Amino acid sequence: MSIETYEETHPIDRYVRVDKLPTLWCPGCGNGIVMHSLLRAIDKKISLGKLHEDQLVFVGGIGCASRIAMYMNFDSIRTAHGRAIPLATAIKILRPEMKVIVVGGDGDLAGIGGNHLLHAMRRNTDLLVVLVNNFIYGMTGGQQSPMTPQGIYTTTTPRGNPEKPLNIMKLAYALGVSFAARGSVTHPYFLDEIFSRALDKRGFSLVEVLSICPEVFGRHIGFRRATELFIEFKKRIILKRKPSIEESDYDWDRGFVIGIYIDREDKESLSDTYKNSS
Amino acid sequence: MISTKIDYLSGNIAIAEAALTVGLRFFAGYPITPSSDIFEYLAEKLPERGGYVIQFEDEIASIAAVIGASWTCNKAMTATSGPGFSLMVEGISIAVMTETPLVIGYIMRTGPATGVPTKTGQYDVLQAEYGFHGGLPIPVFSPSSPQEAYDLTIKAFNISEALRTPVVLLSDATLAGTYGKVVMRESTEIEILERRKLSRDNHYMYSSKDLVPPMPCIGEGLKLYVETLTHDERNIYVPTTEVQRRLVSRLYRKIIDNIGMITEYSLYKYGNNRCDLILISYGSSALSASVASKLLNERGYRTCLLKIKSLYPINEILLKNLTEEASKIFVVENNVGLYYREIRGVLKDKDVRNISIIDLHIIDPYEIIEEVLRNL
Repeated sequence: MSIETYEETHPIDRYVRVDKLPTLWCPGCGNGIVMHSLLRAIDKKISLGKLHEDQLVFVGGIGCASRIAMYMNFDSIRTAHGRAIPLATAIKILRPEMKVIVVGGDGDLAGIGGNHLLHAMRRNTDLLVVLVNNFIYGMTGGQQSPMTPQGIYTTTTPRGNPEKPLNIMKLAYALGVSFAARGSVTHPYFLDEIFSRALDKRGFSLVEVLSICPEVFGRHIGFRRATELFIEFKKRIILKRKPSIEESDYDWDRGFVIGIYIDREDKESLSDTYKNSS
Repeated sequence: MISTKIDYLSGNIAIAEAALTVGLRFFAGYPITPSSDIFEYLAEKLPERGGYVIQFEDEIASIAAVIGASWTCNKAMTATSGPGFSLMVEGISIAVMTETPLVIGYIMRTGPATGVPTKTGQYDVLQAEYGFHGGLPIPVFSPSSPQEAYDLTIKAFNISEALRTPVVLLSDATLAGTYGKVVMRESTEIEILERRKLSRDNHYMYSSKDLVPPMPCIGEGLKLYVETLTHDERNIYVPTTEVQRRLVSRLYRKIIDNIGMITEYSLYKYGNNRCDLILISYGSSALSASVASKLLNERGYRTCLLKIKSLYPINEILLKNLTEEASKIFVVENNVGLYYREIRGVLKDKDVRNISIIDLHIIDPYEIIEEVLRNL
């Protein structure tokens, strides 16, 4: 048996478990853009000496986006569908010097794990939560998610999604987290900036990344190629650096406002809470 | 000097005290009767020792947090009752697959559904072992007195560390609030087992002969990788029959091959040189069974009590040996005869009878005697 070796290297290879490549993602998937952007931001922090690679822990649940956590060449833990946040919370409490990052999709973190997301925000837990929102359950074939825009076809809402999507920016606003921003895979440089800011924060940092699933979102709504979906989706993105929270509701026709919705320093975080009580 | 401390504790507080003795660092839980005073007591005591007690939003989050805590190489536990354990089974399956040491105090109450939350029962004895998906064995201990609750909690932590497995400590509402004398030990006087830690390797390697692999900790630069999918010795997902067989048989064997260190059976002979009748019982029902055995002996029936303190895995060889001479065996429990089915399955050649007594309180020993005499 011959063993193939990777001849070509990439500048961020050292942060990736290359023995696990290729990824399971479909061609045109947005997850690679999210992962690369996050790693560019991490690399910058490491080269500036603000972060050490042994300080990073990734926690993922189940779903395509959660796999980002598992391709990272840092400490990485996989757990049950939706349960990454409480597991990460315990790690942060016992190892406060660690930078704990949760990555998951809209189904994983806002659907089945929604209760954990809500309470982690309430506690202002010191976590960076990257919620990759592709509006769909991708791994299981394109079913409705709690963040599917109203009216959109999914395999479980064949007449169009009758429900309103969950707007996690408003949820974050209501619960008083330290940082909440919405980026998009169509705007990777802005996403780099968001991740870079989020990595510096204490308290709960929520980064929602609007992403594309060409296979079971795009094709199902009539975009036969990934590029078609990407171009159509990009037209719907409205970049505002500091949008007001009222602008955060989204709709497929009216579009999606991306930007940094919340960035504050005055909130006590979970680490402060438990430092003061013990 | 041996500094033994004797105190008067309830079954629940004995569990909490033993957890402090073995060096518990993290407790995550959600309030549920009749387990909450373990949580409340630890919330008072554990922070004084540098540990953390956190109330999570539900039992699903609690077990997930305990798993996370264990991977920082700290001892972690939770406590719950039937409805909460039902939510935790998802996480227990994750802990089995990822070989995460943790202890779950399972304080049974009357079921099913919300039953009578403040009253007792032993309805969940099968759920404790078989409740999670995946069908692999986990150790289940069942104390019947505060002293046993203390001792078996220490043992539960030791087994969880030594075998890298979740362990269930199955108590019930009667024992939860029953006070008794407990001899407590200093942590220096008892044997405390710790997991074998991985220190060098980048990946989490072990030979297939190594039943219990060493465990890496978060934050030590090992780039650890915890995989819930079927994985090989490098911890990489490999969806093949060969790897699945190797993994599942190792996870099975690491418990079954170590049954000797898990088993806790006590045979009380009450001065008899042979046991004609044997009552088999566990948990608070074993207290009733012990009174019934003594009374039966007074009436001239040579009766012994076999108290099962480790419910799972079942030590079939020892169980057969201990019951060899008995002409009749009675399994006494406060449910519809659940553990009876397990015993009957092992002691196929013996006359095994079911004494299933449903009682919201501890079983009345006279009711046991009545059932025994009716079956003679």
